[in-house]
Amino acid sequence: MTEPLLRVRGLKIGATVYPPGEKPRDIEIVHGVDFDLERGKVLGLIGESGAGKSTIGLASMAYGRGGVRITGGEVWVNGRDILKAGLRDIRRLRGGEVTYVSQSAAASFNPAKPIMEQVTEAAISQGKFTRREAEKRAIGLFRKLGLPDPDNIGRRYPHQVSGGQLQRCMTALALCPEPDLVVFDEPTTALDVTTQIDVLAAIKEAIHDTGVAALYITHDLAVVAQVSDDIMVLKMGNMVEYGPTDQIINAPREEYTRALVSVRQIEHPEKLHRQASPVLSCENITARYKGTKFDVLKDVSVQLYPGQTLAVVGESGSGKSTLARVITGLLPPSGGRIVFSGRELTPDLKSRPKEDLRELQMIYQMADVAMNPRQTVGTIIGRPLEFYFGLKGEAKQRRIQELLDEIELGKGFQDRYPAELSGGQKQRVCIARALAAKPKLIICDEVTSALDPLVADGILKLLLNLQKIEDVAYLFITHDLATVRAIADSIAVMYQGRFVRYGTKTEVLSPPFDDYTDLLLSSVPEMKLGWLEQVLATRKMESAGN
Amino acid sequence: MFRYMPVSAMIGLTLTGLYFLAAIFAPLIAPYGMAQVVGDVWEPSSREHLLGTDNIGRDLLTRMIYGGRTTIFIATMATILSFVTGSILGFLAAVLGGWADQVLSRMVDLLMAIPSLILALVVLAVLPVTVTTLIVVMGLLDATRVFRLARAVAVDINVMDYVEAAKLRGEGRGWIIFREILPNALSPLVAELGLRFIFMVLFISTLSFLGLGVQPPLADWGGIVKENKDGIIYGIGAALYPAIAIATLAISVNLVADWVLNRTTSLKGGRG
Amino acid sequence: MHPILKLVSQRIALGLLLLVSSSAMIFGLTEALPGDAAQAVLGQSATPEALENLRREMGLDRPALVRYVEWLGGIVQGDLGTSITNRLDIATSIGSRLSNTLFLAFWAAVVSVPLAIFLGLLAVRYQNRWPDKAISGVTLATISIPEFLIGYVLVYFLAVQMGWFSPLALINDTMTLGEKLHSIALPVAVLTMVVLAHMMRMTRAAILNVMQSAYIETAELKGLSSFDVIRKHAFPNAIAPIVTVVMLNLAYLVVGVVVVEVVFVYPGMGQFLVDAVVKRDVPVVLACGVIFAAIYISLNLAADVVSILANPRLRHPK
Repeated sequence: MTEPLLRVRGLKIGATVYPPGEKPRDIEIVHGVDFDLERGKVLGLIGESGAGKSTIGLASMAYGRGGVRITGGEVWVNGRDILKAGLRDIRRLRGGEVTYVSQSAAASFNPAKPIMEQVTEAAISQGKFTRREAEKRAIGLFRKLGLPDPDNIGRRYPHQVSGGQLQRCMTALALCPEPDLVVFDEPTTALDVTTQIDVLAAIKEAIHDTGVAALYITHDLAVVAQVSDDIMVLKMGNMVEYGPTDQIINAPREEYTRALVSVRQIEHPEKLHRQASPVLSCENITARYKGTKFDVLKDVSVQLYPGQTLAVVGESGSGKSTLARVITGLLPPSGGRIVFSGRELTPDLKSRPKEDLRELQMIYQMADVAMNPRQTVGTIIGRPLEFYFGLKGEAKQRRIQELLDEIELGKGFQDRYPAELSGGQKQRVCIARALAAKPKLIICDEVTSALDPLVADGILKLLLNLQKIEDVAYLFITHDLATVRAIADSIAVMYQGRFVRYGTKTEVLSPPFDDYTDLLLSSVPEMKLGWLEQVLATRKMESAGN
Repeated sequence: MFRYMPVSAMIGLTLTGLYFLAAIFAPLIAPYGMAQVVGDVWEPSSREHLLGTDNIGRDLLTRMIYGGRTTIFIATMATILSFVTGSILGFLAAVLGGWADQVLSRMVDLLMAIPSLILALVVLAVLPVTVTTLIVVMGLLDATRVFRLARAVAVDINVMDYVEAAKLRGEGRGWIIFREILPNALSPLVAELGLRFIFMVLFISTLSFLGLGVQPPLADWGGIVKENKDGIIYGIGAALYPAIAIATLAISVNLVADWVLNRTTSLKGGRG
Repeated sequence: MHPILKLVSQRIALGLLLLVSSSAMIFGLTEALPGDAAQAVLGQSATPEALENLRREMGLDRPALVRYVEWLGGIVQGDLGTSITNRLDIATSIGSRLSNTLFLAFWAAVVSVPLAIFLGLLAVRYQNRWPDKAISGVTLATISIPEFLIGYVLVYFLAVQMGWFSPLALINDTMTLGEKLHSIALPVAVLTMVVLAHMMRMTRAAILNVMQSAYIETAELKGLSSFDVIRKHAFPNAIAPIVTVVMLNLAYLVVGVVVVEVVFVYPGMGQFLVDAVVKRDVPVVLACGVIFAAIYISLNLAADVVSILANPRLRHPK
């Protein structure tokens, strides 16, 4: 048997943490991991945040980020243990044999230098190519990766190209020195879904054409299923399951893997309108930000009925969050009107009566900045009770406990501070704070997008349950179509400040589609092998047909 | 909160405490009267006069203790004045925004366009030099720095989602300033407090040294240097004692401030 | 117009505006506060008639705005007015003093700027190890002592005890450059120590800030040597913050000069200003104040312009 390109044995990684007001202490974040990677193969490393997947990826370059140290084990690359190698040897390894693609290309490119110089730098300094050869290679890679104007794009500076383009440039940077192994660290996570599919396809093709091996790190199993030959599932620095992609996706052995595979498959049949009058009705809303000449919302109309969920879907910059700001009164619209539970809302927040404010609550994307870090959970949930209902003392405490029970947190949470809660628990407290006001409508702004998939599922199930109990309506703003499927009764698809499609869930998600919805729907990675090729083939056929 | 405290911070806190105690109880500790002439000019250190005597024969240790009292008193009052004015106006500018913010911020820009020492000298050229004048001039000039910090911190907090949540709830301005912003702005301001205090000690010492600060016979550290500087040429180090006093005080306060700052930067979003 | 040109000219216009408004503020302060030049000359016990006469003679009875415009117009033409105490033309008295002060500040800058950047780099290179800790310890100490005391400590040890230098920094035009430099060695040393600490700390922070960027990690993962990482990737981005630091500290030097000149009885602007304040010679104070403010504002302006020019986003717009 030939020696694999990368062989990792008993890899242990530690770090020093500095808890505020306490002595620094050492912790272990990866507890002994083994795997092999053959030449030309792709191994997917998957796990939730804190699983140690990026750390393992960087360990294959003998690199520890910010105080992270490799504390034990062996990492063999091309037949030598790089953890025992000298500095000179490690330098030849980095950028020569193993290269790296980070999540944020925008931060990873030096803002002061043109793209070409950075893409070819490693290849030249490692002595693999002359400048002329390296530049020719880079242009070839730009073309292969589908970048516009491949001959000249290298002369631009990083801030002069878009995020998706820069991510492709980063891939070119990694492939230019003709490495044996590329570490892809969440390369498409920061991108919009319609951009992600193109970048993903470009990366896959480049891997295939150059015959390079890759470690593909992501939290999204559906994405990694498209590119990898094998998958390793990690949890809290331990390996959970390791096997061929087909087996992991279609026949997972471990409970945790099964949960990851079945994530985002909440079944939620849409509810029919039970009442005639909507709780919220936006009529021809137009809005723009102060000092700009551009309407972010253009003539938007939508209705939401009591106890139902309307999902507003769109990519970044589509105007969906602006809609939330207009409804809450943070941004008075320049045209149109909003009717809320039978009354017309004043455009400006300050002139709204307390009753309107109480009945319209909001939950935010980032739970940790949505709660005052200096207030306890009891204060955070108790304040709306006190403010809207004048509850005090015993009665307030009782109600806080009821709410904590409703969000499945139970006893002992009242005196904790937000920093002592996990991400999911924080979002639950925010939900309880909104519920405390007994609202008719809650605006949920990307409430699950900062959470790990399993935690996000828990939050969605909780929201569905609470809707049944409290009969509250949700306006659910999200970019994630899986979330939409899981929770919505009706859907509005937003694109460039307009609704391009609006109706019940079944209507919106059934053909015939308009172009944008079609693009959006077909871009969402599905948890099955060969999905990417299938979509690309369909798209090719369609464009050929036109 | 004091579960883990580095040695440096502990030393700093102890020394700072000692200086303040010495300042408060100066009349009890000092061996002689503040302006009492008890010996010859520039007597060397002896059992009666541990640090020797000064340029007109007063006990130098006594002068140093009383001098510390004056310097620390003026610096403390000026720091308080600068903090109260600076942080209140800074918070108001951040929360009110609009023209109130514009007017205040531009005024501060203007005041900060000229070095404080130069501006203080211009003002002291026309005002009578008294302790009150000094406190007011120093306090107000320095308030500009506190204003900038307080405003910046408050602006950062003001755009946080939890403040927006409070606004959407319908909370009044009072709740937002005192319950949402202030508790989160306190730590960086407290750390700055130490630095401003040191700056005040240096500032008043400098003014006194130039003859524009505390007027004789009242003792203060900068004044002691001025009174005894001529001795240096004859190899008499009486003028250098304040250097040790000012430096140790400043370093102690710095150590405490560093610790507070480190605690708070890692505390972003943490518990109080 | 190229956006960078627009920004720079806007910034320069703002600087001019700031200059004019600060001159107005300095003038206004001496007006608004109780007491005036006539009072200052005659003292508290002067009779109202004598005050009245002197005010008329000095033109103080005319409206403040008129006098401000005249004063400002004079400054623009190089006329700084006349001293109250010795009736001499202020511009003539200031001329040689200003050049002496700039001479002192220049040499302090020549010594301190390269030294500060070198020490800053050293501290970054050995971050959190003993060279870094030693440097920050020493700088903490120099920040904590007022400049005049550093001055006397140096005088006590180097001039009086060792006899290497003169305790006074007297210079005149007949001296050779070498003699002058020997004469100002101690004040230059004091100024260097004072600004060095700030400059070195800020340089260290600026470089560390750049070193923590993701693109530095990218460069490290390309297998570049740490020297190349710093030279090719950190330096081009750190240059603007470092230049800003240098400019700000040169501005700080201007203030340090005032005190240091008094310590060494150096015939410069600072000494002149302090004497005028003690004698309550308002016209001289105004003139010196405006000159100091102008130098300070221009250096700050220069720092801003440099950071605009160094920003790649502005230099290469979309």
